[in-house]
Amino acid sequence: MRAPGALDSVAKPAPEEKRQRGALWAWIVFGLGFLYFFLPLIATIEFSLGHPTGPVGAEPSLQYYENFLLKPDSEFFPRLGFSFVVAIATIILSIAIIVPTAYWVRLRLPRLRPIVEFVTLMPFVIPPVVAVFGLIRTFSGPPFPLMDTTFGSNIVLVGAYTILSFPYMYRAVDTGLRAIDIQSLTEAAQSLGAGWPRIIVGVIFPNIRVALLSGAFLTLAIVIGEYTMASFLGSKTFGPYLSLLGQNRAFEPAGVSIISFGLTWIAMGAIQFLGRGGQRIQVGGAR
Amino acid sequence: MAFLTLTGIQKQFGSFTAVEDFNLEAEKGEFVSFLGPSGCGKTTTLRMIAGFELPTAGSIVVNDEDITHKSPNQRNVGMVFQSYALFPNMTVADNIGFGLKVRKQPADQIRKRVTELLELIHLPDRAARFPYQLSGGQQQRVALARALAIEPQVLLLDEPLSALDAKIRVSLRNEIRAIQRQLGITTVYVTHDQEEALSLSDRVVVMSEGRIEQIGTPFEIYNFPATAFVASFVGTLNLLQATVLDASSGRLSVDGQEIRADKVSAANGSTISVALRPEIVKISAGGEGNALTGAIEDVNFLGSIVRIRVRVGEGAGRISFDTFNDPSLTLPSIGQSITVTFPPEACLLLDAAVAIPTVSLDTDEE
Repeated sequence: MRAPGALDSVAKPAPEEKRQRGALWAWIVFGLGFLYFFLPLIATIEFSLGHPTGPVGAEPSLQYYENFLLKPDSEFFPRLGFSFVVAIATIILSIAIIVPTAYWVRLRLPRLRPIVEFVTLMPFVIPPVVAVFGLIRTFSGPPFPLMDTTFGSNIVLVGAYTILSFPYMYRAVDTGLRAIDIQSLTEAAQSLGAGWPRIIVGVIFPNIRVALLSGAFLTLAIVIGEYTMASFLGSKTFGPYLSLLGQNRAFEPAGVSIISFGLTWIAMGAIQFLGRGGQRIQVGGAR
Repeated sequence: MAFLTLTGIQKQFGSFTAVEDFNLEAEKGEFVSFLGPSGCGKTTTLRMIAGFELPTAGSIVVNDEDITHKSPNQRNVGMVFQSYALFPNMTVADNIGFGLKVRKQPADQIRKRVTELLELIHLPDRAARFPYQLSGGQQQRVALARALAIEPQVLLLDEPLSALDAKIRVSLRNEIRAIQRQLGITTVYVTHDQEEALSLSDRVVVMSEGRIEQIGTPFEIYNFPATAFVASFVGTLNLLQATVLDASSGRLSVDGQEIRADKVSAANGSTISVALRPEIVKISAGGEGNALTGAIEDVNFLGSIVRIRVRVGEGAGRISFDTFNDPSLTLPSIGQSITVTFPPEACLLLDAAVAIPTVSLDTDEE
């Protein structure tokens, strides 16, 4: 005969057993997620080495990497470098527009918030291909004939990317502003004699640094891989290069994808490291 | 000429009048408190002095200069907030030095002044800490030092102790008062805590629904309230319904028992409210003055004091008062009949404005 306690333990798992079962499920879910994200990456790496289907045979080879990395006429580095320049310009412009706007809306015009939020969502509503035709039409002639020069079209590109970054940047900044008492901080700075530029740059910016970083990450990721707008504006960025390579070569695009993936992550890490500056900031107000 | 003058200040938010006909003159070095319930307009008035709100009408003059339309950063007015509002990304020293940095003072002067102020607030070893590494009381002291660093003409404090626990509140308020006296800075302090206002201030401005109810020293405000609101808001009161028997001689009837009061202006036969401060009521030991008899409704032993509540007749009201504990004291029992006494001049008549008697204030709360 079994003791009542033993019967209970069969009917109702003990807390420890329950916890272990929960941990097992967590690991299963984590493993599936890991495979979902990393299997394609591993497959791409393998494919980029010409293995196992490449003409070189069964042995993996770095030959395809050499084709686009080391050949003197390779456009890989100039294109990627230019995309980073465009991304940085976009991040700066986006922050310069979004931070004062979100700040002012939170401080003085809270009723305008739904409207501003809707405006920042425009890139989701208007397809890039429609937006880019609108931009080309607008800036192809007077009074703003920007499309006549390469520099001008690059300005249009940065402007277009800035608009593309709005949904991400605005939400990141707005969340950052929500975490601090901007009204009291602003008034404290004002009573100490600070004007608006100093308040925004010296008080608001440093206290939403983490939010700005996440907005910058997302913007960087979008800009590096963007194809449609860059292609129609004829800009020599990385996205169209990747597409062109994919049309003409088999294994190189996979290698380029892997390299650009790695470089983007390095860049993000660098921004995060530089942005924090080894500093011990506390975001979220006093206490 | 007063150092800080507010003349005819009015503030409208749409159709809502937040502050109306506010007039105040404060001398240099004076500590003035705005006291009132939430929504009475005290913080709005303070924010108008700071420049965060623009008055709809009226003027604000500091040291003979009209600052009504000046922006907050041009006023040289220091402000301490309820939420401390320290800059989270800056150290204590950077917070205190912020205003001086804005004024482009040399770095060594800023350092010197920051050190002085850290000594003043008794936190000399906290210069390199961040606000989140300090307690609430320490943060508020840093906020005070930051406001004082710029040597403001007027110091404004907006319920600076509300977020702190009771013990810290008392010690910090004494510290604030000591620093204010030491620096001789004209200070306006907003609070809804009457004890704070009475203990800190040279003068108290009691406000209700956007208007000034009374301006006076804490002694005047407490002992001679000008309106029913002030009488009921400041301190605790026992309210009794009374019928005027003879206004000229000050004879009143409380539940058939006759008492006397000074300066009765209501008509004979009318019903008025008589207010009595608890500390003025004594258990009868015979002698002169008003006497009222009632039944003991409640006796609370509170350690150092015993609080007794007496019901006077049916519907006339209750008198609650304290007596000091004494081991030889026999506590009265509930239901027991008791007679309490109080002087005629202690009766505050609330249905009509009470004139403030001329008293010597040489020995007021200071």
